[in-house]
Amino acid sequence: MPTALTALTIHELTERYRRGDVKPSDVADAYLSRIERLDGDVGAYLAVTHDRARAAARAADERYRAGRPLGPLDGAPVSIKDVFCTRGVPTTCGSKILEGFVPPYDATVVARLEAAGAVMLGKTNMDEFAMGSSTEHSAYKLTRNPWDLSRVPGGSSGGSAAAVAGELGLAALGTDTGGSIRQPGAFCGVVGLKPTYGRVSRYGVIAFASSLDHPGPLTRDVRDCALVLRAIAGVDPHDATSVDEPVPDYAALLDQGVRGLRLGVPREYFAEGLDPEIERAVRAAIERLRDLGATLEDVSLPTTDYGLAVYYIVAPAEASSNLARYDGVKYGLRAPGGKDLIDMESRTRAAGFGAEVKRRIMLGTYALSAGYYDAYYGRAQKVRTLVKRDFEAAFARVDLLLAPTTPSVAFKHGEKEDPLAMYLNDVYTVGGDLAGLPAISVRCGFSSNGLPIGLQIIGRPFDEARVLRTAYSYEQATDWLARRPELA
Amino acid sequence: MITRQDVEHVARLARLHLSDDEKERMRVQLDAILAYIDKLTALDIEGVEPTSHAVPLLNVMRDDEPAPSMPQGDALANAPDRAGEFFRVPRIIED
Amino acid sequence: MTIFQTVIGLEVHAQLLTRSKMFCGCATTFGAAPNTQTCPVCQGMPGVLPVVNRRAIEFAVRTALAFDCRINAACRFARKHYYYPDMPKNFQISQYEEPLAEEGHLDIELADGTPRTIGIQRLHLEEDVGKLVHEGTLETAQASLVDFNRAGMPLMETVSKPDIRSPEEASAYLRAFRAVLVYLGVCDGNMEEGSLRCDANVSIRPRGTAELGTKVEIKNLNSFRNVQRALEYEVKRQADALSRGERIVQETRLWDADRGHTRSMRSKEYAHDYRYFPEPDLTPLALDARWIDEIRASLPELPRARRRRFVSQYQLPAYDADQLTQSRALAEYFEAAVTAGASPKATANWTMSELLREIAADDEDAIRRSPVSPANLAGLLRLMDEGTISGKIAKDVFGKMVQTGDTAQAIVEREGLTQVADAGAIRAIVDDVIARNPKAVADFKNGNAKAAGALVGQVMKATQGKANPALANQLVQEKLTKM
Repeated sequence: MPTALTALTIHELTERYRRGDVKPSDVADAYLSRIERLDGDVGAYLAVTHDRARAAARAADERYRAGRPLGPLDGAPVSIKDVFCTRGVPTTCGSKILEGFVPPYDATVVARLEAAGAVMLGKTNMDEFAMGSSTEHSAYKLTRNPWDLSRVPGGSSGGSAAAVAGELGLAALGTDTGGSIRQPGAFCGVVGLKPTYGRVSRYGVIAFASSLDHPGPLTRDVRDCALVLRAIAGVDPHDATSVDEPVPDYAALLDQGVRGLRLGVPREYFAEGLDPEIERAVRAAIERLRDLGATLEDVSLPTTDYGLAVYYIVAPAEASSNLARYDGVKYGLRAPGGKDLIDMESRTRAAGFGAEVKRRIMLGTYALSAGYYDAYYGRAQKVRTLVKRDFEAAFARVDLLLAPTTPSVAFKHGEKEDPLAMYLNDVYTVGGDLAGLPAISVRCGFSSNGLPIGLQIIGRPFDEARVLRTAYSYEQATDWLARRPELA
Repeated sequence: MITRQDVEHVARLARLHLSDDEKERMRVQLDAILAYIDKLTALDIEGVEPTSHAVPLLNVMRDDEPAPSMPQGDALANAPDRAGEFFRVPRIIED
Repeated sequence: MTIFQTVIGLEVHAQLLTRSKMFCGCATTFGAAPNTQTCPVCQGMPGVLPVVNRRAIEFAVRTALAFDCRINAACRFARKHYYYPDMPKNFQISQYEEPLAEEGHLDIELADGTPRTIGIQRLHLEEDVGKLVHEGTLETAQASLVDFNRAGMPLMETVSKPDIRSPEEASAYLRAFRAVLVYLGVCDGNMEEGSLRCDANVSIRPRGTAELGTKVEIKNLNSFRNVQRALEYEVKRQADALSRGERIVQETRLWDADRGHTRSMRSKEYAHDYRYFPEPDLTPLALDARWIDEIRASLPELPRARRRRFVSQYQLPAYDADQLTQSRALAEYFEAAVTAGASPKATANWTMSELLREIAADDEDAIRRSPVSPANLAGLLRLMDEGTISGKIAKDVFGKMVQTGDTAQAIVEREGLTQVADAGAIRAIVDDVIARNPKAVADFKNGNAKAAGALVGQVMKATQGKANPALANQLVQEKLTKM
C-alpha cells in the first residue's frame, strides 16, 4: 500500500510534486477530506478555507506543470492559528468578542507563506487570546489530543498542534508567549519552534503580550520546521521590533551534526514537580546527543523559579492594554441593551471575554494602576533583566541548553481547574520567552500511557540554525517519529 | 490583600461589568495569584535596569511616505453599528 | 482687598506637517470624507503595530532646538490608557517619563514692547484621536458618530512652565509660539482647523506669596482671542471665589466661547489613572548627535531675530518689520526682492500694500508660488525708479503681473506703457487741453490753484497715464503763467 499523502512531510511532498508523481491539488483534497472526516473528533479547526485552499493548490499545480515552482513550500498545506489576521477570512482569536470580525489585511507571515506558494487549509482553534495551556479556554470548541482524545492538546496553539499531529494539517503557524508553541508541540508530539524575539514579524498577529509574543512553526519534522522558518523569518517594515538579521538557509545547515557543540543542562529544569517519566526520557535524549559527539555541562539558571511570577505580571499588564480596544465600537461583538456608551462597553466586554481573559485583564490593570506600577510591573521588568542575565551567563559557557519542555504529559480535559495549577505548565518555557531566545520542542519518547514527551533545546539569540541542527541530529538518530496517532 | 473595593475599582478602569459572584471569585483568585507573585520581593533588584524588550533595538523609524488608505467601505465593514459614513456609538455620559 | 497674582501655564498641541500619519502611512490631508483616511493601524484593528514617522521626530527636534530645549539622550513612547470612542485602541501612544526634549524657553514681547522669557518644561510627540460628532449636543445626544480620519495624526505637545502672569501674556506667548512653528515649517498654525490647540493651567495666589494656588485646567481655547477671554474670565472667577472665602477646586473646566464662561467637566479622580507603561511595540529612540547637528544647522532665522535685523539692516520702521516677518515666506520674499536690487523701503511698501492685497501673509505656499516673483517686483520698482513708468502705471502693471506672471518690462513694452518724457510731444497735448478747457483756465486766473491740477489730470488722461507727471505739471504751469 502506498503511503497516504497526508503522512508525507513537506520536503517529501515537494519532491514528488517536482517529479510529477502527485500534484498540490491532490494533497489539498486529501487533507480537506480528512478534515471533513475526522476533525469532528479532534476539533482542530475553527474555520476551513476550502475555496481559498483549492484555488491556491490549483495555482501551484500550474507552476509545477510549467516547471517553475516558487520554492520549497510551493503547494504545501498550512494551517493558521486563529490569532493571525487573514484577509477576508473571519479571525476570532478564539474569542466571542471578535465574532464576525473579517480582517481587511493579512498578517505578514501569512502573506509570506502564501507568497511562497503555501496552501492555507484553515484557521485553527486556540485558547482565547492565546491565554491558556490547554485550548480549553477557546470560546468556540474543545480540541482533543490526537494521541488520546480524552486529553488536551496543550495550548494556546492547541488547534495547530493537534492538526499537525492528527494529519489534519501538515505544517502550522502558532504563537508562543509563555510556551504556547512548544508546550502543545510536546503534548502532541510535533516539532514546535519559538524563534528569537524579532526574528519573525508580529504584524497581523493579534497581540496578547507584545514584548513576549513570538510567532513560529509547528511541523512534523525538523526539516519542515527549517523550511517554514526560512519562509516567515526576516525584518518587516511593519514591525518596528523585528530585527534586520540575515536569514540563513536553515535546511541547508541541518547536516552539520553536533560534534564539538557544548550542551548545557540547567539543574533548575530538573527540579521537583517534573514527571519522572519525562525526566528519564529527556536525560536519555541528552545522553544520545553526547553519543553523537556533543559535550555536556551542568549549568545553573538561578532565577528560574521567578520566571513564572515575572511572566504573570508582564503578560497580563500588556494584555490589559492590548485588549482595551475590544469595546464594541469598531468591530466584533456589541452587547445589546447598553443604556449609554460606558454601559455598552462594559457589557460587551463582560459578554465577549471568557473567565481567563477577564482574570488577566483584571490582574494586568491592577499591576499598572496608580500606586502599584513600581511594585509589580516595574519590579517584574527588573527581574526580567536578571532572568536574561542568567541565560547570558550560561551561554558564555555553552552553545545550547537542553531541558524538558513541560513538567507533565498531556492532561485530561477539565483536570486543571485552578488557574495557578494551569500556569505551572509553563514553568520550563517562560524563561525562553522572557529572554526572547530561540527554543524548539521535539519528540523524545513516550510516557507509559503512550503520550509524547518533548525535549526542549534553547539557543542564543538568532542562533536558530544551531538549535535546528541539534534537533535534526537527534531526530535522525532516533525513530520516535515512526509512531503515529490512530484516529478512527 | 485585595479588597472588594479594589476589584470594583479595577473593573471600572478595565470597563468590565462583573456580577457580584464574579467579583468575589475574582478577589479570591487575584489574591492567590498576587500572593504567588510576591515571591519577586525576595530578589534584590537594587540598581537593575528594567528589560522591556528581550532583544534591544534602537531608533527604528520609517520614512514619511504616504501609503493608500482603506476604501471607506472596508473601513466601516466591521462596524457593529454605523450611520452613513460614521461608526455609531450610544450616547456618551461622562464617567 | 487682597491683590492676586495670576500664574498660567499653557499646553499647546500642534499637528505636524508630515505627509503621513505618526505611526502609519495614511495621508494627513485635512477635510477628507469621513473614514476615508484610515488603515488597519490607525483604526486600531487587532494585530496591527505602529512604526514611528522619522519626519515627525525631525520636526519635533527642530522645534525643540528653536526653543533651546535639551534633547534627551534617549526618549521613549508610552501608552496612556483611558476609554474614549474616538481613540481606536483605547490608549494613546504618547511620551511620559522620557520625553523627546525638556527645559527650553520662548522669548516674547508684550504689546508695549516689554520682553519676557517663558520657560518650556517639556516637548513630546503623540498621536491624535479621531473626531466625534454628536447627534444633537453632547448633553442631549442619543448617539455619537465617530470619524477616525484624524486618529493617528502626529501631535507635538509643548508644555510651558507656569511663568505666564496674565491673559495678555498668554495670548502673546501663543502668538509667538505659533509664529515659530510656522517659521520652522513644522505646523500650519491653523487654529480654526485645529492644527494648533491650546489648554491652560491657571491659578492665582496673593501677591508676594511663593506657594502656588490650586490650579484649574481650562480646555478648548481655540483662538488667540479665546485664550485671552477664557483666562480673563477664569482669573476673575477664581478671585471672586477666594474673595468670598471659597476654596478653588482642582478640576478641568471647559471654555464655552458662545456663553463666555468656563464650566466644570466634573471628571472623577479615577478617570485619570492612565496606567502609563513603555510602548512595547516601539523601540526607544537615542537620536544621533550628527542628525541633531544637521537639523540645528538647517534652522531658519526665527521671527524675533529677523524682525530686529530688518530694522537694523534695512532701516525699516518697526511696524514694517513686524508686518514683513509675519510669515517666513513673506520675509524671504521681501529679502529676495531687496537682494535683486530694489530699495528696502519701496519693497516693504509694495509688499505690504500690493502683494498682501493678493495673498494672505500666512499663506506660505501662495507667497512662494506668487505670480510676481521677488525678482520681478524688483524689476517693476526699477522701472519706476528710472522714470520709465509712473507710480500709477506701476500699480496697473503689478495687477497684470499677477494675472500673467510676466516681468514688468515685458508688460510695459507689450502695452506701450513707457512714460512719455518728450517735452515736445507733451507740450502739444498741453496746448490742446488748455484750448478745450477755458473754464479751468479762467478758474486758475481767478486764483484757484487747484484748477492746474485738473488740467494736469486731463493731460495724463489724454496720454493714458504715460506722460511723465512731473514734466506734465511743469509744462501746464509754464503755459498757464504765460497766458
